[in-house]
Amino acid sequence: MAEFKIDDTVDITDVVCPLTFVKAKVAIEELEDGQVLSVKMNDGEPVQNVPRSLKEEGHQILKLLDNGDGTYNLLVKKVEE
Amino acid sequence: MAIDYSALKKGGFMRQKQKGRFSLRLQVVGGTLTSENLQVIYKVADKFGNGYVHLTSRQGVEIPYIRVEDIEEVKEELAKGGCKPGVCGPRVRTVTACQGNTVCPSGNVDCYKIATELDQRYYARELPHKFKFGVTGCQNNCLKAEENDIGVKGALDIQWEKDKCIFCGVCEKACRVGAIKIEGDNILLDESKCNYCGRCAKACPTEAWDGEEAYILSFGGLFGNTINKGSSILPLVKSEEQLYRITDAAIQFFNDNGKPSERFKFTIDRVGWDTFQEVVEEAYNG
Repeated sequence: MAEFKIDDTVDITDVVCPLTFVKAKVAIEELEDGQVLSVKMNDGEPVQNVPRSLKEEGHQILKLLDNGDGTYNLLVKKVEE
Repeated sequence: MAIDYSALKKGGFMRQKQKGRFSLRLQVVGGTLTSENLQVIYKVADKFGNGYVHLTSRQGVEIPYIRVEDIEEVKEELAKGGCKPGVCGPRVRTVTACQGNTVCPSGNVDCYKIATELDQRYYARELPHKFKFGVTGCQNNCLKAEENDIGVKGALDIQWEKDKCIFCGVCEKACRVGAIKIEGDNILLDESKCNYCGRCAKACPTEAWDGEEAYILSFGGLFGNTINKGSSILPLVKSEEQLYRITDAAIQFFNDNGKPSERFKFTIDRVGWDTFQEVVEEAYNG
């Protein structure tokens, strides 16, 4: 597995849909084009939906990491419009 | 002169409790009206009705309080804005549809296009009883496909393309039915679990899931005095041509076998689901 340099992290496990995506979106807006955000999210609806929502915003999904404790870290590279 | 209520009902003029007044049902496809349609509906409701319209439970528009003596003038007025009266009674009714993939991110198929084709093929066709089509774009089923005599549900016929895959793991979690397993440098798709929702393809960041538009059909749905969920008895339908072959055969089956005032489900129940299945399978196979 390729290693990724992570520029910033955000934890969205403390919010529920639709705030999960909103919180991730706000966090990625802080980044520069090409930087990588790690988004920590819960199993279930967040992990089903948040990756797709970030993709639909135009960002590049790199990897979904299973933390083994019911949470996941999604690595996503910011792509400016 | 006696009023022929059944002829008026057939032509979309529904008798009201109020003597001499009719609620005029319009022909609407997939809940879509143009601004031009709306302008003329506004004018007719204002001039000939009571200044309001009723949005029906099946995406139609009715203009209540039309006077029987105004019917011809109302029809002429509506035609100027591209509107015409709908139908009621034992025939194919308004084809309903969600917005589908032209607008909705979840949509798998162009529902309005399919609804328009179904409308052109069958709308107002005389049958033993009312007959309803509904077209929904995906498994979210906003349009409630299975409550229709024939329901059409948009699907994606998916195929994994290994050379595009980065094994990010997103699809395995996007799948709500647990049909996808990543094992090393391979992805296993359990086709017995896959419901063709297309969420893997929509979530995939590298287009490694290729999805072809497809359709899941259901038959015999009812949501009135009797409630019955339509049954999906065919494999995935993979082209529009195949879709209309099947709807042709199903509607012909009802035409040939249905008794007056018997809904499609009860005709199939009486004649036998096995017999009906043979008919639609033959159409499925072409």
